[in-house]
Amino acid sequence: MSAVKLDAREAKYARRKFVNRVAIAMAMAAMAFGLFWLFWILFETVRLGLEGLTLATLTEMTPPPNEVGGLANAIYGSFLMVMLATFVGTPIGVMAGIYLAEFDTKGWLAVLTRFVNDILLSAPSIVIGLFVYAVVVSRFKSFSGWAGVVALALIVIPVVIRTTENMLQLVPPGLREAAYALGAPKWKVILSITLKAARSGVVTGVMLAVARIAGETAPLLFTALSNQFWTSSLSEPMASLPVTIFKFAMSPYENWQKLAWAGVFLITMAVLGLNILARVLTRSKI
Amino acid sequence: MSITLPANENSLHRPIQSVNLPGRVMTNPPPMKKARSGPLADRLFGLAAKSAAVFTLVVLAAILVSLTISAWPAIAKFGFGFLTSSTWDPVKEDFGGLVMIYGTVMTSAIALLIAVPVSFGIALFLTELSPAWLKRPLGTAIELLAAVPSIVYGMWGLLVFSPVLSTYVQQPLQKAFGDVPVLGSLFSGAPVGIGILSAGIILAIMIIPFIASVMRDVFEVTPTLLKESAYGLGATTWEVVSKVVLPYTKAGVVGGIMLGLGRAIGETMAITFVIGNFNQLNSLSLFEAANSITSALANEFAEAGEGLHQGALMYLGLVLFFITFVVLALSKILLAQLQKNEGAKT
Repeated sequence: MSAVKLDAREAKYARRKFVNRVAIAMAMAAMAFGLFWLFWILFETVRLGLEGLTLATLTEMTPPPNEVGGLANAIYGSFLMVMLATFVGTPIGVMAGIYLAEFDTKGWLAVLTRFVNDILLSAPSIVIGLFVYAVVVSRFKSFSGWAGVVALALIVIPVVIRTTENMLQLVPPGLREAAYALGAPKWKVILSITLKAARSGVVTGVMLAVARIAGETAPLLFTALSNQFWTSSLSEPMASLPVTIFKFAMSPYENWQKLAWAGVFLITMAVLGLNILARVLTRSKI
Repeated sequence: MSITLPANENSLHRPIQSVNLPGRVMTNPPPMKKARSGPLADRLFGLAAKSAAVFTLVVLAAILVSLTISAWPAIAKFGFGFLTSSTWDPVKEDFGGLVMIYGTVMTSAIALLIAVPVSFGIALFLTELSPAWLKRPLGTAIELLAAVPSIVYGMWGLLVFSPVLSTYVQQPLQKAFGDVPVLGSLFSGAPVGIGILSAGIILAIMIIPFIASVMRDVFEVTPTLLKESAYGLGATTWEVVSKVVLPYTKAGVVGGIMLGLGRAIGETMAITFVIGNFNQLNSLSLFEAANSITSALANEFAEAGEGLHQGALMYLGLVLFFITFVVLALSKILLAQLQKNEGAKT
């Protein structure tokens, strides 16, 4: 009888061990599955991107179908809009982050702002595009680079708010108190003590925001639209790398698709580069 | 007193001045300007910070109001019937959003079906199984997957993945089940690998990193003591995860899944490339070209004529924003339940 009991117990133990082994195998398979896509996507992007990348890609304008050309105007447009959007969005984001971390950490306004900010952070970017269309484009009756800048800036703000607040909260309170004890007014304490101490973290947040908007397509589709030619005027439709890629990749023309791969390669490298740099910056700080 | 900051300025500046004044009056005038500009600059600075925070709220409100105003022609004409009608006819100006809403719901459902188990496995691996030296690089790799712009996924999906899916999955399935009545219709459609299924798969690949990194962060919140006690009682790794970690972090895990769902619903470019952009609801095939809210917006909006067509698209955008708002709000509330301040991934 005891032998039977022992057998039952051993069978149960064996079953538990088996279930465990299956679960572990599945977890490892899931990990491999996740990495598999990452490597496949990166591999194809690099392979096809390098194939399509030439010097002309960086120096010539977007061509008509089946002619040689490059992405110079799209790269320039992207660069200009991303830069301006960062300049517009960063101060607002940093100030709001300062408010949440330094002025009002627990009040209803702070709680509400944090909540709304989290929603905006993950809100569909195409809705931002619709909003800017309704507010800017339809009012001025024209697609324009400015509209694109506004749309991108609205995406920058929540990212910067989030990181600024988190980074400011990492600054030890003793530092603030020491500054106050020396008689420094609050604005000075914030600008030259806490913000300075959290500088690299805030810069990281801005970099992540730049990485995010550099690849954004949806909010530009009906704000900046696109443009076949070089333009520095922000009140005209403006080409951007993502929108050009979208247009070219969906087309049946082989030279356009090649250029699209080159563009995707450039964007992916820029975005991943910024992300890795941001990581290195914060790691050395914490 | 040293912590109540605003009180400090008034109470600190004045006494110091008055102490200094008598001795310094003749030789060195007191820095009156500085003392006065302190509180004023403070007030201005505080006001600027506060208005930046309020700006965020204004943006959200403005989005809701402006979308509603722009969508008003369509809302007034179609009302809630818009959500259940599947006609989309720009020529006759008769619009209904059912096709797009169905596309969005189906692709997100497929994405969650694939992404949730995989993300769970990844989180389990990263928290319980991975050797310490591998944790960081693997975690970073998964997070980098989240940073890749969606247009890259879309283009890769269209030009690389769809042909593979068509050759190795769709055509064999059609050959095997093409004549079976119900199953066959699930796999019908042109053999190009474009449609609801490929959109769902691409979406899954996109949201796996989001869900996995939230789950990992949430799993790490579980007190080590609890886990070690279970291990000490002889529990296997799986038993620890399923009976200790998972019950402890339930709310956070669901929050993470909702966050992924919010992303999936609002994702535009990845879907627009591979869904085929075709307004039909005649066949429920997984391989038939379809449309989602976001892809309809991306494709039609710039060319839509002012008036009802644009209004209808704005209406769709409003529906989309409303759905994601609810999903994301739920996710935030659930995540906040578990973690009071840290760990909630964007």
